[in-house]
Amino acid sequence: MLMFILRRILQIVPVIIGVTFVVFFIMQLVPGDPAVLLAGEGASKEAIEAVREQLGLNQPLYIQYFEYLMNVFKGDLGVSLKNSQPVLDEILVRLPITIELAFFSIIITVVLGMTAGIISAVKPYSLTDVSVMLVALLGISLPSFWLGLMLMYFFSVKLQILPVAGWDSLLHVILPAVTLGAGGAAIVARMTRSSMLEVIRQDYIRTARAKGLREHIIIYKHALRNALIPVITVVGLQFGALLGGTVLVESIFAINGLGRMIVDAIRTRDLPMVQGGVLFASLIFVVVNLFVDVFYRIFNKRIELN
Amino acid sequence: MNEKNKPILEVKGLKTHFTTKRGVSKAVDGIDFTLHKGETLGIVGESGCGKSMTSLSILRLIPSPPGKIAGGSVLFKGKDLVTMPEGEMREIRGNEISMIFQEPMTSLNPVIPVGEQIAEAIRLHQKLGKKAAWEKSVEMLRLVGIPSPEKRAKQEPFQLSGGMRQRVMIAMALACTPEVLIADEPTTALDVTIQSQILELIKDLQTKIGMGVIMITHDLGVVAETCDKVAVMYAGNIVEYASTEQIFANPKHPYTQGLLDSLPKINEDVDELKTIEGSIPSPYNMPSGCRFASRCPYKEEMCTSHKPELIEQNDGVKVRCWKYTDEWTGTIKKEEVV
Repeated sequence: MLMFILRRILQIVPVIIGVTFVVFFIMQLVPGDPAVLLAGEGASKEAIEAVREQLGLNQPLYIQYFEYLMNVFKGDLGVSLKNSQPVLDEILVRLPITIELAFFSIIITVVLGMTAGIISAVKPYSLTDVSVMLVALLGISLPSFWLGLMLMYFFSVKLQILPVAGWDSLLHVILPAVTLGAGGAAIVARMTRSSMLEVIRQDYIRTARAKGLREHIIIYKHALRNALIPVITVVGLQFGALLGGTVLVESIFAINGLGRMIVDAIRTRDLPMVQGGVLFASLIFVVVNLFVDVFYRIFNKRIELN
Repeated sequence: MNEKNKPILEVKGLKTHFTTKRGVSKAVDGIDFTLHKGETLGIVGESGCGKSMTSLSILRLIPSPPGKIAGGSVLFKGKDLVTMPEGEMREIRGNEISMIFQEPMTSLNPVIPVGEQIAEAIRLHQKLGKKAAWEKSVEMLRLVGIPSPEKRAKQEPFQLSGGMRQRVMIAMALACTPEVLIADEPTTALDVTIQSQILELIKDLQTKIGMGVIMITHDLGVVAETCDKVAVMYAGNIVEYASTEQIFANPKHPYTQGLLDSLPKINEDVDELKTIEGSIPSPYNMPSGCRFASRCPYKEEMCTSHKPELIEQNDGVKVRCWKYTDEWTGTIKKEEVV
C-alpha cells in the first residue's frame, strides 16, 4: 500500500510539469505582445523594452519556460499587475476559502448523493425511488447560478434564516456549498442507484442472504462496498467540475476565493494572477485525484499499478 | 424408527412460479420428497428442469419479484418454512440449513477477505466474539483442506483458485454445523480431480456431522458416487424417485432410461453418443398431458391428453408414467417395459 502511494506520488511529477507548461503558454496565447500588455497601455517604447528585458521575454521560449519553471519551484509566481503584490501571497489568502467551500460541497455531493442512491436502490421502481430520482434529475438539470440565486431568494431574502453572501461563519457556507454540491449529488445519486441495482443481482449477494444475514448488513457491508467502486470514480471527476463551479458560486455569493480571484484577474487582464490561480486549481485537482486513486485501491485490492 | 429414518426435511407439493411479461412460468410445479438425517438425496435433470429453483425455494431465496412460492410446504423438523416469518427464516439460513452454490468464482464477495465471509455467519448464528469467530473460521478452512489457512483467511477471493474458492464456500456452509446441506452443482465448475476431492470432502464431513445432503446435479457420475436416493426432475416435476441402486440398475421412466442411455459405456466403442430427441417444453406453455410425451419413444394417445401422477410401484420406486398403471393401453405390455 505504501509503495502504491509512493509510486502514485512520483507519477504526479510529470503531470505537474505538464500543468506548468500549459500555464506558461497561457501567456503566449494572449493576443498581442505580452510585454506591451504587462507594461500597460500607452507605455513608451523604452518602457516596453525594459519590461521585455526584465522578464527575459527577448530570450528564446524554452529558456523563458525553464526560468518560469525554476521560479515556480522557488515559490515565485510573479507579481500582480494590479497592486504589485506577490501573486503567491494573494493565492495563499484565497486558497483556504476555496478549499473550505470545495470540501463542504463535496461532502454534500457524497453524503446526499449516496444516501439518495441507496434509498432508491433498496426499493427500485417504488414511489420513493421515482420521487428521489425525479429530484435528482432536477438537480442535474438546474444550472448552479440559477439554483444559487433561488436559494438566496428563499432562505436569505424571504425566510431570512441564512446570510445572503460573504464568508464569515459556518452559516455562510451552507448556501454556496449546497449550490455547488447539488449537481454532483444528483449525478452521484443516479450512479449509486444503478451501481447498487447491478450489485444486488450478483451471486455473492445471494450467498450473503443464504448465510442468514440481515438485509441492512447485506446492503451496507456486502453490496455497498462493491457498488462504491464506480461511484468513487464519478466523485473524483465531479470534483473537477466542482472546482470550475467555484468560479461561478464565489461570484454569486461574493466570496473572496480562488475562483473569484481568477475571474477578477481575467477581467483586469492581470496575467500573472491568472497563471498562478490556474496553476493552483490544477494542483488541487491533481492532489484530489491522488486521493481518489488511493481510495479506489482501499476499496478494491485487485487494482494493481503497473 | 431409528435416528437415521427420522425425516428432517419434507417437501410437499412445492410450487414456485415466475410471473413475467410472457406469462406465468411454472419452474417448480408440485414437488414432493423427503430427506432423512445423514442421507444424501440427489436431484437430477437437465438445465432448466427446476432443480436449482427447488433448492432456492427451500431457503426462500427465490428472487422476488418475479418469483413466488405459489403453493405447497417445506417442513423442516415439523415447521413449515414457506409460511415462517422472515426473522425466523434468517435464523435457519446458514445455520440449520445451508447451501453451496454452483459458481465458486462469483459466489464469494470480491472485496471481503474469505475468513471474514465465513466468520460473519459464525458470529451471527453462534454468538461468538470477533476473535473466537475468526479462529473458528480459520479452523474451518483447515478442515476443508486449505493449506496455511491463517494466511488464506486474510486473502480476498481473487487471490484464490477456483477449487479453493469452492472449499471456502463449503467451509462457509458448514461453519455452523447445519442439519441440512443443499449443494447446487458444487462441482460443475471444477476440473475432475478437484471435483472428486470436493465430493470426498462433503461425504467426509457428512459422516462427521451427520447432516442430510441434497445434491443437485446433472452429472449422473456424481449421483452414483454420493447419493442414497435420487429424484429425477423433468420440466418442473419429479418423474422418478427411487434409491440410487434402483435408478441405475432398473430405470423405469423413459426419461431416466434416456438419461442413462446417453452416458458413454466403458466397454462400448461408439462414434456418436445417444441423445434424447427434442427439447424440454417451454415453461410458459406446458402440455396438458405427460410433459415428456413429445420426446418419449413409447408415447400413446393417452400420454398427450392426460397427465400421469407420481405413483409408487411394488418395489418402492415412484414413477410418473402411464406405462406403469393399469390404465395403460399401449402396445408395449406393462411388464415388457421394464
